[in-house]
Amino acid sequence: MATVLTPRDYKSDVHINWCPGCGDFGIVNAIQMALAELKLPPHRVAVFSGIGCSGKTPHYIHAYGYHTLHGRVLPVATGAKLSNKDLTVLAVGGDGDGYGIGSGYFVNSGRRNVDITYIVFNNSVYGLTKGQGSPTLKKGLRTKSMPEAAIQDGINPLALAVSSGYTFVARGFALDPRGLAGLIAAGVRHRGSSFIDVLQTCPTYNDLYTAEWYNHTQAGGPRLYRLAETGYDGKVKDPADADEVVAKKVQAIAKSYEWGEKIPVGVYYEVDLPTYEDALADRNPRYGQEALVDTDFADRDVDPLLDALR
Amino acid sequence: MGHDDLTWLIGGPQGGGINAAAEGFAKAATRAGYRVIANIEYHSNIMGEHSYYRVRVGQDGRRNVSERVHVLVALDDETLVGERHAAFPGFKGHVQEVVPGGAVVFDGNDDPGEHGDDVLLCPVPYLELLEQALKGSSREGQAARLKVMTNVVAVGASLALMDFDLPRYQDSLRAEFGGRRADLGELNAKAAALGYEYVRERFADGFAFRLPRVAPPKGRAPLFIRGPQAAAIGKLKAGLGFQSYYPISPATDENVYLEAHQRDQGLVVVQTEDEISAINMAVGAAHAGVRSSTSTSGPGLSLMVEGLGFAAMTEAAGPVLVLWSRGGPSTGLPTRQEQADLRFALQPGHGEFPHLLVAPGDVHEIVRDAYEAFNWADRYQMPVLVLVDKALGTTYVTTDDLGLDRLPPIDRGARFHESANGNAKEDYLRYDFSEGNVTPRSVPGQAGGIYWSTTDEHDPRGHITEDAENRIRMQEKRMGKLDLALREIPADRFLTLHGPKNADITIVGWGSTKGPILDALEILAREDKVKANFLQVRIMRPFPADAVAAILRAAKKTVLVECNYTGQLGLLIREQTGIALDQSIVKYDGRPFSEEELLDGLRHVIAEGPGRLMVSHRLG
Repeated sequence: MATVLTPRDYKSDVHINWCPGCGDFGIVNAIQMALAELKLPPHRVAVFSGIGCSGKTPHYIHAYGYHTLHGRVLPVATGAKLSNKDLTVLAVGGDGDGYGIGSGYFVNSGRRNVDITYIVFNNSVYGLTKGQGSPTLKKGLRTKSMPEAAIQDGINPLALAVSSGYTFVARGFALDPRGLAGLIAAGVRHRGSSFIDVLQTCPTYNDLYTAEWYNHTQAGGPRLYRLAETGYDGKVKDPADADEVVAKKVQAIAKSYEWGEKIPVGVYYEVDLPTYEDALADRNPRYGQEALVDTDFADRDVDPLLDALR
Repeated sequence: MGHDDLTWLIGGPQGGGINAAAEGFAKAATRAGYRVIANIEYHSNIMGEHSYYRVRVGQDGRRNVSERVHVLVALDDETLVGERHAAFPGFKGHVQEVVPGGAVVFDGNDDPGEHGDDVLLCPVPYLELLEQALKGSSREGQAARLKVMTNVVAVGASLALMDFDLPRYQDSLRAEFGGRRADLGELNAKAAALGYEYVRERFADGFAFRLPRVAPPKGRAPLFIRGPQAAAIGKLKAGLGFQSYYPISPATDENVYLEAHQRDQGLVVVQTEDEISAINMAVGAAHAGVRSSTSTSGPGLSLMVEGLGFAAMTEAAGPVLVLWSRGGPSTGLPTRQEQADLRFALQPGHGEFPHLLVAPGDVHEIVRDAYEAFNWADRYQMPVLVLVDKALGTTYVTTDDLGLDRLPPIDRGARFHESANGNAKEDYLRYDFSEGNVTPRSVPGQAGGIYWSTTDEHDPRGHITEDAENRIRMQEKRMGKLDLALREIPADRFLTLHGPKNADITIVGWGSTKGPILDALEILAREDKVKANFLQVRIMRPFPADAVAAILRAAKKTVLVECNYTGQLGLLIREQTGIALDQSIVKYDGRPFSEEELLDGLRHVIAEGPGRLMVSHRLG
């Protein structure tokens, strides 16, 4: 194996069939850049996806790839990670996939804090089914293929992630692959459930949130700005300090409502807490010592169970 | 001399300690050397509704419960006379089930209601005796708070009638309370003795139904076990590493049992947010190379079906899904018996995909099938369903041996081994169809084994394709694994013909009716001089059509026995063999077949012509 890994080592040879100019290209490039930066051998990485345009992502990455079911990517990724704690597990999906049909899994995965990184391609539309409004499309908005404006409101995924228990909550931008790669690498390095909502353009169906819209406010400057450049610090210094934890969560949720002329990107919230795997290792030290998949159960002794039934 | 087949029934309000009371006696009887079968019937309710435990004790090892009660222990008034206040009263009390010469133990304050002339009434002052038991202890005066202990007084009282060895029961009570609660064990033992003495002095003389004293088992006592424990033990022996579940009756017992053994058995059990999450976690674990499983019942399977299609489409080595079937449709009868999910379990999802379906008929078969399901999942790279109907989930039996030392070896199927090429890009084809139906599988983390998988139709590398020729080959690769399984799995695993090869009547069934039908064969041969045999179908998919057809063509008269409305195995047999069974006995009242019901039904259809007979429990 090559000693120096480059983004190219994580590219598969599959033809990418996303629309020309799709924001997804930037995200898949960012994932490959992040994996190279982390120097992870491709066979130690598994990428899971849901269904939709974003669901095709694993096919374009040279790593173990699982293109699963609509909305169910987090349970599948969780089952795999708990079975092999040494794997680097990425889960990807769209905003319809994660915040609509998969919303229950999005919330409950936050409760567990399994060490995985979840990247959501958020473009406010259902692309593959030709442009219906998604759970992040705000009430009153209408993209070009919708017959009527939305009369359901959009959710705030960052606020939902913070309150669900994700221990790393960030927002990136698909058209800034380098910046996004940094967030993804930080998310993978973070021990625990990392969530990255990626603002993604859909040039075919979303004529509201276009590249032009993101890059130019009415006043002329870019809408997006980096939280880190404003002195914002979302990281909890002392996870045992309940007051600080709450204050940082409130700060992140307040920040997540900043939308319009100015939209922040970067890490909104981060805290180091024991993972689900840590809790399993507390129950059973062997779990912490070797991956479950490597544990040999052939010599299992069930005699004590039988004796309890006598 | 004693009476070697007694049915003892205890009834009371749910949540009032009835399970512990009944299981305490049943376990003591097992340790004393009797063979026991015990079944609980209960409501979907935490506290207050009527529940009852039927315990049949003897030396022969009956495989079914009987409606004929010899000793009734009533913990409340409803047990005696049924529902007084229901708008549509169905349950009329257990007193009517007591046989002539039998006895009723009840609280002196209750009215036993109408009963046969020859029934011995034994009113016992439960609370007073409990107060006496507590006297002088640190818990004196707390009888009202410890009212659950009146159960022990009642059980002790009933033991005097049957001449059961009291110290045996007291030992089993003490065993329930260890450590700081050891004093409670002693108090319970005392309460049992007071009940025992009360009845022995006043009522027990001349009671007809006494148990013969038997020699206690040499060496280790037999096992007293029911389905959920058997399934869990089979899975653990198979090397189960990961179980995910969402709470649902009656599957919860198995899940919680496994959860309780996470530390000592080293497995991971995850309680998920719903059944969809449970199945998908298990699929993820299977793809990651761990033997994984989930357990649910019908409503849960309704949610899990897309996950099964996912597992089959991506040729995951599993998961194993144990389906504890209960009364449907929809929420149905959550805690009651039915065999109505067979046809659903045969086609659990949209599209055409392979899976194995096996339906064990007793605790031994549950152990074996839950174990071997993992071998099949690995060998054929498909999900495996183990369908167990609720009666097996709540029926305890006595057995000496689960057959663990006769299990076949663990078989992980065809596996990819790291190639000399190391991590060369994309030389491994996870869905290669050039070398037969099953492709050696790699697991994530293995160098050189990188593959892709998708729930879309895919090419040998695992990438999406809608190419027509590829579709044909891929569908044939997947579905052909069923033909492979049909050829490779030994014939005797698919079905069993119990009883004489040539018989006047051939009974056909599956699942929990196995025991009741085997008992019925013996009784028909002995009492009716009817020569009957029993075709038990166990593996339902792939279906052993040729073997079933051969047996049915040779049969003189065929009778289907099932706990459902439509006779689902009969429909499957007709679909697969073209053979329509002559007669059927069906039952869909939410209760398992009693011995009497099944015999009445069989005697009826033997005497009558072709047709369908519905039978129903007369009580409870």
